[in-house]
Amino acid sequence: MPAEAFAIDPADNVATALGDIEPGAVSVLGVSPAAPMESIDSIRAGHKLALCDIGVGQRVIKYGVAIGLATRPIPRGGWVHLHNLASQYDEASSALDLDTGAPPAEDHYV
Amino acid sequence: MSDPRVDETWRGYLRQDGRKGVRNLVLVVYTVECASFVAQAIGRDKEGVHVIGFPGCYDNAYAIRLMLALARHPNVGAVLAVGLGCEYTQASRIAETVRESGRPAESMLIQESGGTTSSIEAGKRLVDEMKAQLADTPRVGMRWADLTIGCECGGSDATSGLAGNPVVGHAYDMLVDAGGTAVFEEIVELVGLKDILLQRARNQEVEKALGEAYDKAIRYCRRVRQWSASPGNFAGGLTTIEEKSLGAFAKSGSRPIEGVLKVGQRPEHPGLWLLDSVPDEHFMQFGYTNPNDSEGIVDLIATGAQIVLFVTGRGSVIGSPIAPLIKITGNTQTYEKLKEDMDFNAGTVLTGEKSLAESAAELKRLIRRVASGEPSKPEALGHREFFIPYKHQDTPTLTIGCKA
Repeated sequence: MPAEAFAIDPADNVATALGDIEPGAVSVLGVSPAAPMESIDSIRAGHKLALCDIGVGQRVIKYGVAIGLATRPIPRGGWVHLHNLASQYDEASSALDLDTGAPPAEDHYV
Repeated sequence: MSDPRVDETWRGYLRQDGRKGVRNLVLVVYTVECASFVAQAIGRDKEGVHVIGFPGCYDNAYAIRLMLALARHPNVGAVLAVGLGCEYTQASRIAETVRESGRPAESMLIQESGGTTSSIEAGKRLVDEMKAQLADTPRVGMRWADLTIGCECGGSDATSGLAGNPVVGHAYDMLVDAGGTAVFEEIVELVGLKDILLQRARNQEVEKALGEAYDKAIRYCRRVRQWSASPGNFAGGLTTIEEKSLGAFAKSGSRPIEGVLKVGQRPEHPGLWLLDSVPDEHFMQFGYTNPNDSEGIVDLIATGAQIVLFVTGRGSVIGSPIAPLIKITGNTQTYEKLKEDMDFNAGTVLTGEKSLAESAAELKRLIRRVASGEPSKPEALGHREFFIPYKHQDTPTLTIGCKA
């Protein structure tokens, strides 16, 4: 059975991984018709998969609403997270650890 | 309004002020950290006795308003205020204000009652007397229209916005349609959603209040450089505060928002309300908007919520004093890992086992059982976490809601 991701709104350009995704076939469930696609990254459950190419400065859309702007080109099937998507409000989050979300060590622990 | 012929009912406790509770508690309130040891010892191992308090010695109107709202909560039947004796917050004034609501209330000062051991003994005697009085509290039929329910989310992950919060939102719609009252908070988790929020306003006046509360929250977050997202949120797949906000907003359901409440105020009529716990502009900025989950839960209880729902994707083991906390997760793995602590698995909507409507109906049945007296999991485990910080909010006016 291929890995599954869930797209919430027809306008979304990202889907949420329902389980851990490895590079390869993914079926996208939810409101958009189940379009089979290829993941090009390992994507953990709960993390996001790009449904199309997203250029730098373009809006990343989930729930039909912009959740931030792409800071690097994001290819279709790629993992979307702190390394290529930034909040339009919170400037600090882009500096967080990509895996744990923890703040940089030099912040408080020196 | 609800139809009594079809509405389910259960037995609650009628207070002298006409409000109805789902628990019949004695509340011990301490007025400074120095009195907390004695207050906790008075309440320890006593069934039906909960303890709250404010650690600060100096004046904070916000904290006093909050404690007075909690002391006159519908689940509370009697109050013992415990002070050290030299702090700003006056135990005797708390007891006096509570007595005006018709509830039995006493106060004591440790400096006048002979130190630790004799203060604990005196406090235990007073609490036992109050418990005896509460045994005679009239029982009364309750229905959904008599309930106020609060909802908080914390330890969010990607499932919170896909399952946990949408299931609560659906249950909130059912509650509001049955004539009940639903309160959600965390305006600092509505970032980027101003337009969507304003569309939900009952009328233009509410739209204005929502817009002002939203703008204040954004200003505050920018100023303190603190947005309501934690490492666990990011590790769980959420990338931005906007993304977390969309998931968090789902817990409000789809009904119109009737107004904005400040901490210590309660809704003046049924329906869906937004609680604003963000500090107001003040010469001295203090108090993070959302320092931890327990703070938000206490704020929700202070609106008069007899039960609070807590949605947590990553999982949590907290509970709350005064109002039972029902812990919900949209993450089936979290539910399996923390089964002892989690009351409800909304993750079944992600696996396709249940529809959103089925899961919400199941949640509603659980709420009804807890309202009838069945302890929620954190309640049975004895979790009573609370957090009352220093904060500034302007004194609420009587025109917005009932001043607690």
